Amino acid sequence: MLPPPAAEEPMSTFAQVLARHYAEAPDRPAIHLQPAKGDDLTLTYSDLLRGAAGFAELLNRRGIGQGDVVVMILQHGEPLVYAFWGAILHGAVPAILPPLTEKLLPERYRRDLAALIQVTRPRAIVTYPEFACEVELAMRAAAVVAVPVAIAVDAVAPAAPDFAALGGLRREASDIVLLQHSSGSTGLQKGVALSHRAVLNQLNAYAPAIGLNESDVIVSWLPLYHDMGLIASFVLPVLRRVPLVLMSPFDWVRAPVRLMQAITKYRGTLTWLPNFAYNFCATRIRQRDLDGTDLSSLRAVINCSEPVYHSSHLAFLQKFAPYGLSPHALATCYAMAENTFAVAQSAIGEPIARNEGGGIGNAGQVSSGRPLPNVRIRVLSEDRRDLPDGAIGEIALHSDCMLSEYYHRPDATEQAFFDGFYLTGDLGYVLRGEVYVTGRKKDLIIVGGKNVYPQDLEQLASEVHGVHAGRVAAFGVFNEDAGTEDVVIVAEAESDDPAERERIAEAVRQHVTRNSDVAVRRVVMVGPRWLIKTSSGKVARSANKARYLAEIIGQQTA
Amino acid sequence: MSDDIKTTLSTYITTRILKQPGRVLKPDEKLISSGLIDSFHVVDLGLFVEDQFGVRLDDSELTAETFDTLDQLAALIDSRRQ
Repeated sequence: MLPPPAAEEPMSTFAQVLARHYAEAPDRPAIHLQPAKGDDLTLTYSDLLRGAAGFAELLNRRGIGQGDVVVMILQHGEPLVYAFWGAILHGAVPAILPPLTEKLLPERYRRDLAALIQVTRPRAIVTYPEFACEVELAMRAAAVVAVPVAIAVDAVAPAAPDFAALGGLRREASDIVLLQHSSGSTGLQKGVALSHRAVLNQLNAYAPAIGLNESDVIVSWLPLYHDMGLIASFVLPVLRRVPLVLMSPFDWVRAPVRLMQAITKYRGTLTWLPNFAYNFCATRIRQRDLDGTDLSSLRAVINCSEPVYHSSHLAFLQKFAPYGLSPHALATCYAMAENTFAVAQSAIGEPIARNEGGGIGNAGQVSSGRPLPNVRIRVLSEDRRDLPDGAIGEIALHSDCMLSEYYHRPDATEQAFFDGFYLTGDLGYVLRGEVYVTGRKKDLIIVGGKNVYPQDLEQLASEVHGVHAGRVAAFGVFNEDAGTEDVVIVAEAESDDPAERERIAEAVRQHVTRNSDVAVRRVVMVGPRWLIKTSSGKVARSANKARYLAEIIGQQTA
Repeated sequence: MSDDIKTTLSTYITTRILKQPGRVLKPDEKLISSGLIDSFHVVDLGLFVEDQFGVRLDDSELTAETFDTLDQLAALIDSRRQ
C-alpha cells in the first residue's frame, strides 16, 4: 500500500517518510541499479537506508551540520544513491552536480565549480577518490572563508539507521531539503532551493495527476542533476514506494535500446523523456536489437523538458508500436526546477490535446497538459497585464511547491517574482485549459534537454584568435530528424582567406565545445559587418538567425 | 585497404557529422576525447561502420578508448573483417 495522503497523518519531512518505509517495507525493492556491465543490483528499502545511514554517519564524523549544503559529483551508482539519501537522513542539503565529461576541459570545469562554491558555500563536496584532487583545486581557487571538506567515497560501511538520533528527523517542513542547479555556466550559480514542504506538495499533486499506484515501475536513464531525473525519476519513486530502475545517461546514449530492455525486464510502466530522446530511440535502435522487446506494460511515456513535437511522437510510435507500445501511452508534461518539477501534465491514457487552429496560437501545436490542481497560471503581456486565452505572453505561476529562493542569491530571487507569481521566462498561451509553450522570452537554446545560454557560447567564440571579438551570434535551429535544436555559431572573421576561415571555424568549434560541454553543430565564418546589431549595439540573435536561414541555408538548398 | 576505410570514414564524419566537407581529419587526430564528435553522433558513427563495412560492434566499444582516431577505427574494422 502507498502511504495515505498527507491529510490522514501528516508526513512533513523526507526523513519521516523514509523512517516509515524502513519500518513498514524494509524488504520492498526501492531501486534496481543497472551498471554498464554485469548484473543489476537491487536495493531494498533496508539496503537503501542502511547505506544512507552509513553515509550520514560519515557526514557526522566530518563535522557536517544540519542545513549544510553537501555537493555531490558522482555518476549513477551506489555511492550517489547513498550519498543523496544519507545527506537527507543527516539533515544536510544535497546538491547533485554534473560530473566532468571527456570533452570538457578540466580547467573550465574547475572555474565553474569554484564560482559555484563562492555562491553556494557548501560545507562538503563528495566525489570519487580519483577526482578529489580536481575538487580540491577548485576549492582552493574559490575565495571563501570556510573551505568545504572534500569527501572521497568508494565504499562506506552501511549501518542500521537510528532515526531518533539522525539529524534529518529534526528538520522542519519549511527547511531547505535540496538544491537543484540548472546547466550552463550562468545557471550553475543559481541553485534552486526547495523546502521539504514544497517537494512533498509537488508529489501530492503530481502522483494523482499521473495515476501513480502500487503496481507502477519507473524506468529512467536521466541525469540526477536535472529536475526530470531528480524529482520524477528518483525522489518521487523512492518516497512513494514505487520501484525505480536506474541506468546511467552515459550508458543509455551509447545504447538507447537499454531503456527498452529495462522496460521489458521489469515490466516498466512509466518513463520520462526529453523530446530528442523520442527521435534518438526511433532512429538509433536497430530492429535486430529489439527481438524480445515488450513495451505493453508502459502506461505513460512522458515528454518533458524540451519543446514537444508531434512528429517525434509519431516516429516513436511507428518504431515501437509493433513491440506493444500503446498510442495512449504518449503523454506530455511542462516542468521546471523552480516549481520542484511539474507545472502541467496531460491526462494519462488519453490523446494529447493539440491546437486545432482557428486563428488562436499555433495550429497543430502539442499541448503540455493541464495545470496541476495546486498550480495557478497567468499569461502576462510585456507590461505584465493578464492576457486572454489564446494570446501568447510570459507564463507566470503560483503554487505551494515553488522554490524558497535561489540559494544565496536574493537579487535573482527578487527578480524572478512578480505579484507573488514566479516568472518562468517561457512564452506560451492557455487554450481550453491546456498549456501550450511556444518559446523563451530571452534567447535560450535547448539542446538534448539541456539549457544553453547563447551569451556563454558567444563569449567563448570571441576568445578565439581570428574572430572579431563581440561579433558573434549563437542560436539554436530546430532539426526535425534529431527532434531538438542544433547549436549554430555565426562569427565574423578578420580574414577572407577560405583556408584561414576554415581553420578559425575549427578553432571556434573546439574552443566552445571544450569549455562549455556543448556540441556545436555548425560554425559559419562570415565577413565584416555581416551580423545585424540592435540599436544599442548588441548582436541581434533572432535577426541573425533569420539571415542565416535565408542566406546561408537558403543558398545551399536552392 | 585500411586507407580506403579511413577515407570513407573521414568523408562520412566531415560531411555528415561535422558538416564541414572541407575539413581534413588526420589519421591520429582525436575525435571523441577532443569533443569533435559528441556522444549522440558516436552512435551514428557506430551504425554507419556496421552498415558500411559489415562488421558488428559492441555498445561497450563506442568509447574514446577503442574508437578515438581514424587509425584505431580502421584497425578495429580490419580486424573484424578477417
